[in-house]
Amino acid sequence: MKNILKSFVALLSVLVAFTSCNDTSKKNAGALSGSAAEKVYVNPGEHDEFYAFISGGFSGQLSVYGLPSGRLFKVIPVFSQDAEKAWGYNEETKPMLNTSHGFIPWDDSHHPDISQTNGVIDGRYVFINGNNTPRIAKIDLSVFETTEIIEIPNSAGNHSSAFVTENTEYVVAGTRFSVPVPQKDMPIKDYKGNFKGALTFIAVEPEHGHMDIKFQLIMPGFDYDLSHPGRGKSHGWFFFSTYNTEEASTLMEVNASQNDKDFIAAVNWKKIEEYVNNGGGTMMPANYAHNVYDESTHSATSTMKKEVLTVNPLDVPGAVFLMPTPKSPHGCDVDPSGEYIVGSGKLSANLTVHSFTKMLSAIENKEFAGDAYGIPIINFESSLAGVVEQPGLGPLHTEFDGKGNAYTTFFISSEVVKWKLGTWEVVDRQPCFYSVGHLMIPGGNSQKPFGKYVVAMNKITKDRYLPTGPEVTQSAQLYDISGDKMELLLDFPTVGEPHYAAGCPADLIKPRSKKLFKLEDNNHPYATKTEADAKVVRDGKTVHVYMTTIRSHFAPDNIEGIKVGDKVYFHITNLEQDYDVPHGVSMIGANTSELLIMPGQTETFVWEPKQVGVWPFYCTDFCSALHQEMQGYVRVSPANSNTPLRWSLGEDIE
Amino acid sequence: MKTTLKLMTILFAAILMNCGGKEEKKKEGFSYEKKETTTKTEVKKDESLPPSKQIDLSNKGIGPIKSLKLDDKIDQEMVAHGAEVFKKLCTACHRVDKKFIGPSPAGIMERRTPEWVMNMILNPVEMTQKDPLAKALLIEFNGAPMANQNLSEEDSRAILEYFRTLK
Repeated sequence: MKNILKSFVALLSVLVAFTSCNDTSKKNAGALSGSAAEKVYVNPGEHDEFYAFISGGFSGQLSVYGLPSGRLFKVIPVFSQDAEKAWGYNEETKPMLNTSHGFIPWDDSHHPDISQTNGVIDGRYVFINGNNTPRIAKIDLSVFETTEIIEIPNSAGNHSSAFVTENTEYVVAGTRFSVPVPQKDMPIKDYKGNFKGALTFIAVEPEHGHMDIKFQLIMPGFDYDLSHPGRGKSHGWFFFSTYNTEEASTLMEVNASQNDKDFIAAVNWKKIEEYVNNGGGTMMPANYAHNVYDESTHSATSTMKKEVLTVNPLDVPGAVFLMPTPKSPHGCDVDPSGEYIVGSGKLSANLTVHSFTKMLSAIENKEFAGDAYGIPIINFESSLAGVVEQPGLGPLHTEFDGKGNAYTTFFISSEVVKWKLGTWEVVDRQPCFYSVGHLMIPGGNSQKPFGKYVVAMNKITKDRYLPTGPEVTQSAQLYDISGDKMELLLDFPTVGEPHYAAGCPADLIKPRSKKLFKLEDNNHPYATKTEADAKVVRDGKTVHVYMTTIRSHFAPDNIEGIKVGDKVYFHITNLEQDYDVPHGVSMIGANTSELLIMPGQTETFVWEPKQVGVWPFYCTDFCSALHQEMQGYVRVSPANSNTPLRWSLGEDIE
Repeated sequence: MKTTLKLMTILFAAILMNCGGKEEKKKEGFSYEKKETTTKTEVKKDESLPPSKQIDLSNKGIGPIKSLKLDDKIDQEMVAHGAEVFKKLCTACHRVDKKFIGPSPAGIMERRTPEWVMNMILNPVEMTQKDPLAKALLIEFNGAPMANQNLSEEDSRAILEYFRTLK
């Protein structure tokens, strides 16, 4: 990188020197415009053109990068505890990780999707799925924080998620593993015909984005792998790819690959919505957590919900159909016009493209090949728009540039292949290093892609970077797709497994990004809004410390009268009202992480002192020239002592 | 692309200057600088006093407040509001009765212009970087920065009115 730049500058100076008194500067730029380094170089202090939200896979988080530079800005904690930001450690965010299985400190985050208005990404929220203990999270892009998590009942391996409809009416969560619905004790071998696959439609309230499960469609016991919404003409439908239509429960790598074709399930959700709004569906007992973070109290609450509305597809005739698609399709991707549904049969040599128009006419003309548990199976040829012949090995996922081209990843042959919608001809291919999974074009899952870059996300890097022992980084690769041929510009390491991503023009988000929380709007029950209100209150063995921070001291900074066996809650309010002045705090021996408190925010950690002594605490986030002075002491006396409870700042405790 | 263009522009401009035609402008720039240095005078300071005790009633500071004329009569309603805002957002570092993290505001109006006071509240980062007095105060107070509490002009004006009552 540096060398290229250096030689580039050197060359440029020479050229300029030779031609400086003539007007030929523009020609020189043209001759050098092919440089990949130049295309990804963002001047120090300048901003990237796009945000990329890249999931962390098994890290459970969501990373925020800039494109084209590939610079990492933030890792947003979602499903996994994050000691750096006290996510899942402080009292305020612990409820966010509550589930029907109790506190679950980790998940596997896969598919981020940005909210849409009128089929165009609007930059308000990112939704992302937790696979393992099925959950959907919502990240508010005004604060870049997870503000809501809803658990999905009757689901397991929540994988065909979290994709939004074109006005964010719903975020959809399909189960990968079918399970007994409701769960019960039964022999595994009786799977076939008895296990079910729940496809969950979570309504998103338009103004505040609150999530609520509207209904669950209880489908046959297949594996539901990925899904995408219809858009434009197909708005109102949702498409889910399936595998294991064999309904095997063991040695899946063989037994789930027996059928020549599996299905893409087409679900007319508008029809089901209408059915449900008219009182249709069956309320089923359930138990799932709904966790909401409130920005005004800076705290989350977890509510256990006790029932869910289920819909049997056979009760809504004309709402669900199956389109045969060769060999365990993974991607199930709808082009910007809403006409084409691309099935990536991951064990097939070809890509199968269905036509929405042909599907509708096949339904109308009842061109069915049979049914699966009563759900009509459309004739393969009837909905088929075309086939991309032998484009590569192991197709996984397709996105679109809005100019009539599709880009599909091939895991086995490790490449991105560009092909034309309608003619199905392959026009370009570029290798990936190595074993690419998903790819992402900003807005690629919408009516309006920003077809300038594609990011391919790789599972394996082997020799691409300096080795770091047996475990090496995974990576993303950036290609310029503005020309006829794709051009590899950059590869950059990622946090966790970069499973999938969503991208967005920076200008959609930047102006709305919050700089601080207003102290006057802080409704945390333990907020301390001025130093005069700082205090320590004992209630039996529980002690509440109402503490404040400002550059660069804590108030109070001396506390006495704490005893061994106490449970001490430090509620700390950051009194700063300026951009980018968080304070941190940590207490010796506290069985938790630090706190990282944004301006105007209150956060709480718990300390249960076990040893007599005088114990220091300090600020962990470098806040000013006097940061190193930002410290304090707590005196811990024996459990039976009479040391009075006292606190102070700036004077000795007498 | 942008980088190239910028680099090119700079280099090109540099070379162009060698080709002549730019000298007059250079002179202009120089004389302008000269002017600025001559305008800053007439500050009566007793350098033996610490900056917090020095009196400077000509320096208006740097920030949004360019000129402010105070009414002879103190607006008591504004004072009450100012006292409230001061208590909420300033007392973490400033106490009326004593030097704390920063100086006490008592008597400030005898030492500073109203513009300087409001600019220090509204624009503390630039003030402590560029205003000689604010810079000196930062050093006197051990580098404790004057925090920008993002007050509105109205609130900071009310604080100023409150300061007028502190002797």
